[in-house]
Amino acid sequence: MAVVFKNPVIRWIDHRLPVFTYLQHEANDYPTPKNLSYWWNFGSIAGFMLVVMIATGIFLAMQYTPHVDLAFNSVERIMRDVNYGWLLRYIHMNGASMFFIAVYIHIFRGIYYGSYKAPRELLWIIGVAILLLMMATAFMGYVLPWGQMSFWGATVITNLFSAFPVVGSKIVTLLWGGFAVDNPTLNRFYALHYLLPFVILGVVVIHVLALHRFGSNNPTGIDMKGPQDSIPFHPYYTVKDLYGLGVFMLFYAFWVFYAPVALGDPDNFIPANPLSTPPEIVPEWYFLPYYAILRSIPNKLVGVLAMFSSIMVLFILPWLDRSPVRSGTFRPAFKRFFWTLVFVCAILMFCGKYPPANYWLPLEFTVVTPDSLQAAAHLQSADDLWAISFAGGHFGIQIITLGQIAAIYYFAFFLVILPLLSIFERTLPLPLSISQSVLPKGGGAVPSAAAAKPMEKA
Amino acid sequence: MKKRSILLNGLTILSALVAVLFIAASPDEEGIHIPREQWSFTGFFGKFDHAQLKRGFQIYKDVCSACHSANLMYYRNLAQIGFSDDEVKDIAASVQITDGPNDAGDMFDRPGKPSDHFKAPFANDQAARAANNGALPPDMSLLARSRAGKGFLGYEGADYIHAILTGYGDAPAGFKLQDGMNYNKFFRGHQIAMPQPLTDGAVTFADGAKNDLDSEARDVAAFLTWAGEPNLEARHLTGLKAVLFLVAFTLLFYAAKRKIWARIH
Amino acid sequence: MADHAHSAQGAGETRRDFLYLMSASAAAFGAATVVWPFISSMNPSGDVLALSSIEVDISGVQVGQAITVKWRGKPVFIRRRTPEEIAEARKADPEVDAKGNVISNPAGLRDPQTDASRVKKPEWLILVGVCTHLGCVPLGQKSSDPRGEFGGWYCPCHGSQYDTSGRIRKGPAPLDLAVPDYVFEKDTVVKIG
Repeated sequence: MAVVFKNPVIRWIDHRLPVFTYLQHEANDYPTPKNLSYWWNFGSIAGFMLVVMIATGIFLAMQYTPHVDLAFNSVERIMRDVNYGWLLRYIHMNGASMFFIAVYIHIFRGIYYGSYKAPRELLWIIGVAILLLMMATAFMGYVLPWGQMSFWGATVITNLFSAFPVVGSKIVTLLWGGFAVDNPTLNRFYALHYLLPFVILGVVVIHVLALHRFGSNNPTGIDMKGPQDSIPFHPYYTVKDLYGLGVFMLFYAFWVFYAPVALGDPDNFIPANPLSTPPEIVPEWYFLPYYAILRSIPNKLVGVLAMFSSIMVLFILPWLDRSPVRSGTFRPAFKRFFWTLVFVCAILMFCGKYPPANYWLPLEFTVVTPDSLQAAAHLQSADDLWAISFAGGHFGIQIITLGQIAAIYYFAFFLVILPLLSIFERTLPLPLSISQSVLPKGGGAVPSAAAAKPMEKA
Repeated sequence: MKKRSILLNGLTILSALVAVLFIAASPDEEGIHIPREQWSFTGFFGKFDHAQLKRGFQIYKDVCSACHSANLMYYRNLAQIGFSDDEVKDIAASVQITDGPNDAGDMFDRPGKPSDHFKAPFANDQAARAANNGALPPDMSLLARSRAGKGFLGYEGADYIHAILTGYGDAPAGFKLQDGMNYNKFFRGHQIAMPQPLTDGAVTFADGAKNDLDSEARDVAAFLTWAGEPNLEARHLTGLKAVLFLVAFTLLFYAAKRKIWARIH
Repeated sequence: MADHAHSAQGAGETRRDFLYLMSASAAAFGAATVVWPFISSMNPSGDVLALSSIEVDISGVQVGQAITVKWRGKPVFIRRRTPEEIAEARKADPEVDAKGNVISNPAGLRDPQTDASRVKKPEWLILVGVCTHLGCVPLGQKSSDPRGEFGGWYCPCHGSQYDTSGRIRKGPAPLDLAVPDYVFEKDTVVKIG
């Protein structure tokens, strides 16, 4: 549908470089399913966060000094002396958390609604690549203030690579540029931390290109059949995205202005000291689940492999779940396992936070009596991995055990449950089309015999 | 069918929330519970009490600065808590700062200027340790922030500092106190190298304000919170403006969204 | 009836347009407000502004001697002039009327200024020691330095020569050496900036 622009300058440019026609097509002509829910807002929110992080990052970079003797104080100078420096810094550090919140919700949305299934497998894989790049960027960014947690987090995570046989310690030395995390490490992390967001930007463009090839998925998982199922992206989803962005920014503003360091670690306000390790080394909250998986396995190499596998398994998700039904809306068994997965990830986050060995979480199912409390107090000295004991109505479980159970479920969900569900799950009958599904009565259901046909597989 | 899935989903979300809250809540270590105090700067509309900050600065200057540096503070920062420009100049000029080298190549002492950092009591960490039995008195610029726990609207750094300063006492029976250490109820491990720095009436205030131990501890804790984050009040004020704007923005776009989507609903 | 329906629709459209206008304006206002902190962060920060004025103790400077101090990252020349140097500077003064307009300029000064307008106390000449041509630091502070034909300063980069009032007399520089803001806090202390 050719559009003639009124403005002659725009026409002149567009004739030579058709950006305006392209934007017009993407915004106005691009058919979007008309039933997208608010779970679909998080893609644009994540894109917005990327822009915010790059903008604040560039202006912070104007004031930051990447040298071990000067970095910490340069950050404090930003907080105290640079005009609005405190605001830029708080926006940037809380922005990382907000970015991960948006992306994690975006990912879980994709899993629930089967957005990774054909023909969107590559779109999904590109998305996982973005996640990996984000994790690398965030990890290196956290090192830059050169606080205690910056230094020791870097030390612990880079040391992981020594788990690999033969080449492990050589890799670590290469990463460090020396014999420990020191100035060379800080400098290269700074260079890469500045670079990677632009790489992410490029991959996001490819991600959107891949998306626009087949268009968005939708809550029913049923493809658009025609114009009756779609609406133009502008103004419907532009205004909905802006509204959702407003709500998200209110949430973001709460953290920035009223709890700016709550998501971080107070130990990072102590300058890095290579000779003194803090009592607990804890990564930022968005890394806690992977940290829990790492620590749940006593063997160093297997723990590292398990941690990497937890992301790698996402890459092959399109081939693990072969159910012909796309959306979780019509897959009741899948739904239960999915929500359990969400809960398990929260458990993993919890387990990643606390030291695994001497900690136990008391789960109380009965009324506490003074006697049972007394008995429970004695349990704290038990060191066995499988310390599950009854003491006057108390049921206690070691954090490390909890983490192991959660990690097992995490891998089982992808590697065992999804493939089995593909074969054995009884799905609900699918509506005929999107338009029908948004009708008040829910539309006429297709008889189950027809549902057995893989009608939604491309 | 629908009721059960609501229940299941609700239960899962609830337990996820509970899990998140566990992450947010810091467990007590060894049963040490830092008592939460009331501060003027907590909450959405928190502000510093400038008279309190001035008293806290006096305590820092008269007592703490003998051993503790505050290297990120400038004398000019004191203008923010109510000292006049002349008072700031006088406070700065009351210390001798090493400067140089001069044209002969020597370092020399000169009176401080507002643009100088707070003078540190020791030339370096090693000198500080040597003078304090091997223990390093931590720098106070960010002390309140580094002890903040999970500062969720509360400011546990100030709570912690207040607790330590008021937590000295005799060791309970059977507690093995090492040489040169002091028993403190709230310090991790209950043994702290610093002897009790403040007592009732340790500092006298010109305006006759209360100078019992608890008040002194509160004043210096508030001062150190300010020292850790001088822009706290600006943050709260800007936050108010941002939230008000965002609420209006969100409401406007919600109305616009409803209007536009009404076309097809 | 058709009119009524039409006008109702018209009113609805106006209401709708107003809402869109308000929303778009809110977004634009928000965007503009957000931009300011970014730009402001590039302005001089607190620690830079704290050094924007310095106090110099000039009690040790003898007659005929000069010292250089650093102010806002640039050298400032403070010269205690001899009576001969003051007289020489005054000899080349242009003639000015009551308002300060130049009536005649016998010495042919490129940037005519009276010596009196360039000092607060004639004995003390305080100038920003940056050549107004392309920014080099002119020589003439040390007694061993060349001072050019006019007894002031000589810039080695392109040969500009300044007189004992710091005025450009020869060479490519377009303007006299700049006089910074300063006050004598005491007889022996001058605050620059």
